[in-house]
Amino acid sequence: MSAGHDNALELREVSKTYDGGRTHAVDTLNLTAKKGELIVVLGGSGCGKTTTLKMINRLIEPTSGSIRIDGREVTRLNPVRLRRSIGYIFQGIGLFPHMTVAENVGITPRLMGWEASMISKRVDELLEMVHLPPDDYRDRKPSELSGGQRQRVGFARALAAEPSVVLMDEAFGALDPITRDRLQAEFREIQRDLHLTSLLVTHDMTEALLMADRIAVMNEGKIVQVGTPHELMSSPKNAYVEELIDTPKRQAGQLEQLAEEAS
Amino acid sequence: MNERFAEFFDRLPDLFGGHLLLSVPAILVGVLISVPLGVLCAKVSLVRGPTLTVASLFQTVPSIALLAIMVAIMGGTIGYRPAFIALLIYSVLPILRNTFTGIDEVDPAMREAARGVGMTPLQSLWRVELPLALPVILAGIRTATVWVVGITTLSTPVGAPSLGNYIFSGLQLRDWNQVYFGCIFAMALTVVLDQIVRLFEVSARRQKAWISVAAGIVLAAILGAGLTPKAGDIHRFAMGVFKGEATDLPAQAGDHDARAAEETGPLLDGQSFKIGAKGFTEQAIMGRLLKQQLARHGASAEVLGNMGSTILFDALRNGTIDMYVDYTGTIWATVMNREEPLERTAMFIQVSHHLLEEDGILTFGRLGFENAYCLAVRRKMARSKGYRSIRALTEIAGQLKLGGSPEFFGRPEWTRVRNAYDLKAMKTQGMDATFMYQAVRDKQVDVIAGFSTDGRIDAFNLTVLSDPAQAFPPYDAIILLSSQAAKNNALHRALSPLLNSIDAAKMRGANRMVDLDKKTPARAAATLLPPGP
Repeated sequence: MSAGHDNALELREVSKTYDGGRTHAVDTLNLTAKKGELIVVLGGSGCGKTTTLKMINRLIEPTSGSIRIDGREVTRLNPVRLRRSIGYIFQGIGLFPHMTVAENVGITPRLMGWEASMISKRVDELLEMVHLPPDDYRDRKPSELSGGQRQRVGFARALAAEPSVVLMDEAFGALDPITRDRLQAEFREIQRDLHLTSLLVTHDMTEALLMADRIAVMNEGKIVQVGTPHELMSSPKNAYVEELIDTPKRQAGQLEQLAEEAS
Repeated sequence: MNERFAEFFDRLPDLFGGHLLLSVPAILVGVLISVPLGVLCAKVSLVRGPTLTVASLFQTVPSIALLAIMVAIMGGTIGYRPAFIALLIYSVLPILRNTFTGIDEVDPAMREAARGVGMTPLQSLWRVELPLALPVILAGIRTATVWVVGITTLSTPVGAPSLGNYIFSGLQLRDWNQVYFGCIFAMALTVVLDQIVRLFEVSARRQKAWISVAAGIVLAAILGAGLTPKAGDIHRFAMGVFKGEATDLPAQAGDHDARAAEETGPLLDGQSFKIGAKGFTEQAIMGRLLKQQLARHGASAEVLGNMGSTILFDALRNGTIDMYVDYTGTIWATVMNREEPLERTAMFIQVSHHLLEEDGILTFGRLGFENAYCLAVRRKMARSKGYRSIRALTEIAGQLKLGGSPEFFGRPEWTRVRNAYDLKAMKTQGMDATFMYQAVRDKQVDVIAGFSTDGRIDAFNLTVLSDPAQAFPPYDAIILLSSQAAKNNALHRALSPLLNSIDAAKMRGANRMVDLDKKTPARAAATLLPPGP
């Protein structure tokens, strides 16, 4: 880790174009995250938020610009080793159905050649952390788990190799509201405890407002506004952001009214 | 009946073992080739098109032809190797296609997840894509298993023993019990092997390794049981492959020394020979006759029956077999490509000369009978209408249906007979030689192109029409010896009593014993043995 850099994660003028430059998926994007910060990238479908995320661990190669983790340019690193050093939580979770919970969680350490005893210790530690008692869950198959339990395994897997950066792609999207609420809180706690620099991609403004240290609103491949939830609420930069903020605000008002009436 | 079943069971270890040791290795080697190739197809789009096309193309070659083609490609080598290669080719496509499909259909999200957790492409393949594709791959192996075990029955005509021997010989002898016997064991083997692969499949689907282990043990046990009587064959095959030698080492090489000790033994003591025979009754009897005559002189012999005519000739030419009985007219037409008919002895001399000059094959001599093609009708019809010769059919050709083997209708003899007697209007129906005699008896056809020594001509009350135009060439039965056997003087002495010892009536009687009285070819052959050793 090079000390001179404040920013654990830094995207400078990053673009991704298709069709030889005619289509911009991501257009000269700038974004930074400090060590331990949770940034939510928010936007509608097709706005380029997932592409942005995948360029960080080079599942997609950027067309131009610079992406640095702890000051190191990712395009200069071996992509396989890079991905092992970054926790990645997939849209739709992406657990391997033919592996047990323990094998799923331990996969990256195993690829990195950890000793079996170390892996098994680490797996148990992580399962404890995500509230899945190892003795009960270690040997289960993903098909034997509920959606929320699978997502917990997904978290544990992303954290297994002690990454400093965690990327999350619609990580809570497929869960029912109660499970989602609980997991969001649990993840936030873990993230703060471990001081993990995190990037969460979502289209859900409420999720963004509740979880983020800072929110980056994206539209048509560009960042429209970056700011804390408070800043976004108080001073939306344009009509698009205002509209996005409006829905949770209105819903919150309606709920408050309902609660008052009930009491 | 019981005696015959006992005989079937006697041959079972050899034939079942032969079947097993052809089909299972073909499938296993097929897996070793097809799975990596299928992966390559899924990963490299450039390889995909050509590979799948070629594999599909091989699959469309009719299996009985592919087996024979293998013999031709391998320069007339018969037995295990051509059969194995042909079966291997058949096992490739289903496994290849399913491996490709299985890998290709892995959820792209899984592939991305594999990359995301930091797998290299190879790790992704090995740890994620192959395990996920495994049930589909195993389904392909199941298909290949069913195909290959079934097609293995067709390796009999190329000289590799299998359960097909029961089926071919049963069809030839119209011995349905023997056909059923072969079918039941072939079906049972198919079901058992299919279920073993299914267990691997279940094991893969349910992620239970112990099922695979159990299935593996069962497979090994079955293979082990099959291997016991045939170990020598596999060994010889392997030696042949590694040294590039022919596989026809004397089977009894092991006890040769022991026998050599009793120097004073008979003419051919300790020698062993391979005798070929084509796929009809008379040939089965001839095979046994040669074997019995050799046995009288202390030699052991193996009869490779039910072989295709050209395969047999090629095998004799390259020395894979030592001898068999052929017919002058057959050599004249199929080997020498001659069409014009010739007087019987003149043809015998020309054939002998040609075979010796061109192929180093010795025409040892004539057995005495002719098994020529002939046209035969129901005796009743011949009597009532006054038919004596083929000429009588000319006028009514348009109303007649002629039954004959597909081979006959492809021969120049048929063209010549058709032209000589103006029979162009006659309808023809190809059928197995076994069925044509009863077909004419039961009035399904009016005339058949039969064989003059067939026992059924008398038994089914048929009349052979004479051939005044001499359109049918002579078919003298002759003993042919490979160039190596040709140098064996002791062998000549052992075989010479057979020359000119069997006339057509005697041969018809022997054929009838097998075809109608359901005796074994060996028994019928015993009635033809010349007196004395």
